[in-house]
Amino acid sequence: MGKRIGLEVSLSAAEAVKMADVDCIAAYPITPQTHIVEHLSELVNDGELDAEFIPVESEHSAMSVCTGVAAVGARAFTCTSSQGLALMNEIVHIAASMRLPMVMILANRSMSGPISIWNDHTDVMSIRDCGWIQVFANNGQEVFDHVLFGYRVGESQKVMLPVMIHIDGFILTHVIEPVEFWETQQVERYLPAFKPIHALHPDRPVTMGAFGMPSMFSEVKVAQDEALIQSKSEIMAAWNELGDLVGRYYRPIETYRSEDAETLFITQGSFGETVSLVVDALRDEGKRVGLLMDRLWRPFPLDEFRQAVGNARNLIVIDRAISYGGQGGPLAMDLRSALYKERNQPNITNFICGLASRDVTIDDFKNMFNRSMEKIEGNPREEDFEYYGVRGK
Amino acid sequence: MAKTKTDPTWQELEIGGIVTNPGNAAEYKTGDWRSLRPLWDTKRCVRCGACYIFCPDASIYETEEGYFEADLYHCKGCGICAHECPTQSIKMVEEEE
Repeated sequence: MGKRIGLEVSLSAAEAVKMADVDCIAAYPITPQTHIVEHLSELVNDGELDAEFIPVESEHSAMSVCTGVAAVGARAFTCTSSQGLALMNEIVHIAASMRLPMVMILANRSMSGPISIWNDHTDVMSIRDCGWIQVFANNGQEVFDHVLFGYRVGESQKVMLPVMIHIDGFILTHVIEPVEFWETQQVERYLPAFKPIHALHPDRPVTMGAFGMPSMFSEVKVAQDEALIQSKSEIMAAWNELGDLVGRYYRPIETYRSEDAETLFITQGSFGETVSLVVDALRDEGKRVGLLMDRLWRPFPLDEFRQAVGNARNLIVIDRAISYGGQGGPLAMDLRSALYKERNQPNITNFICGLASRDVTIDDFKNMFNRSMEKIEGNPREEDFEYYGVRGK
Repeated sequence: MAKTKTDPTWQELEIGGIVTNPGNAAEYKTGDWRSLRPLWDTKRCVRCGACYIFCPDASIYETEEGYFEADLYHCKGCGICAHECPTQSIKMVEEEE
């Protein structure tokens, strides 16, 4: 077993990137991601990590560099937040369509405006459809493990896709947590050297990122979507092997006291840990409440989700993002769609809360539970969603 | 565009739409785009080859007599040859003519 160290989550994430022995880091600092790249630049400078550190002039360049690095068959890492992600947006989509594996940590932060450096999932949802494998990590250990997982899955020749790890800005990036490091031998066993199917090399010329005529475009995109859908078997295999190796087993939908639950909270990211305490409290009051935490966001774990919901009658979906003019938060919309085919559809209530790191306490979640029960006794379909804790609402 | 026998299915494509056969741009007949076509006046042409050099699509070739003609499967009708010709012996004419 590896050493257990108390360390800021950003620094332990950087240490995991070092253990993955990346070849190149290209990044531009942006709050709350900064500590990750700052520590990586130190590791490279101090000779602890033999990699190129490219301090690019923008996030657009950061993602462009990573794309080039992956295209020649080397291992690339970057991380960003909110506006940085918006600036690199163009190349984020291209990296996936070119099927180039890399790992990016997205330290989740609100999209401006108004300008906000704080945490929510509006940046995550802005690139929901970019074609990357996307997972949520809920604590420091999960971030560490998923950096290694990201390279393992993305570089698999059956997958060949970039992997994005979502971690809540500040709430995770700036806290000190105990993290169990992996042994070097464990990393070597888990993460073989990157062997791309095609790499840019003068001896074996190929064209990457070529023009796609209307007669070819749809086929290329379907192949990309199928690759993402089918990546799930490799994701499951990589999680199982990770569990066998370090004793932590991850699943697409994590459950907490959900087996006999009548009502289930559904969360993404670090809210899950708060809601688990709410579940305990409500259980103490004799209410059959449980929790589902969405870990795998894309490919969407449809079967696992339907199975995890089981016979629950009420779902309380917590979103930390707005779909302007839409019919609820992005998570709720996906879940409603996933359950559309069910014969006995559960009641779904949806709360949008915790924008820009506004505190959502245990009592707040209890209020949402009570509010949901009231709504369900009336007509739960009257309203698609509710903003929680907004003055004047 | 109609599907022909050579159009691959999504399963047959190279990963990421990568092109593994270099030089395959020649397979794409860009001549379809043309609305004007270059016409050489061999009486004025001094066979200098400026048109051949300036053609951005390598679609001008030299004939046995040393004059020049366009490969109309690939010539897009951009008119650069006519613009560059020092003796004004290339005229761009409407395709209908």
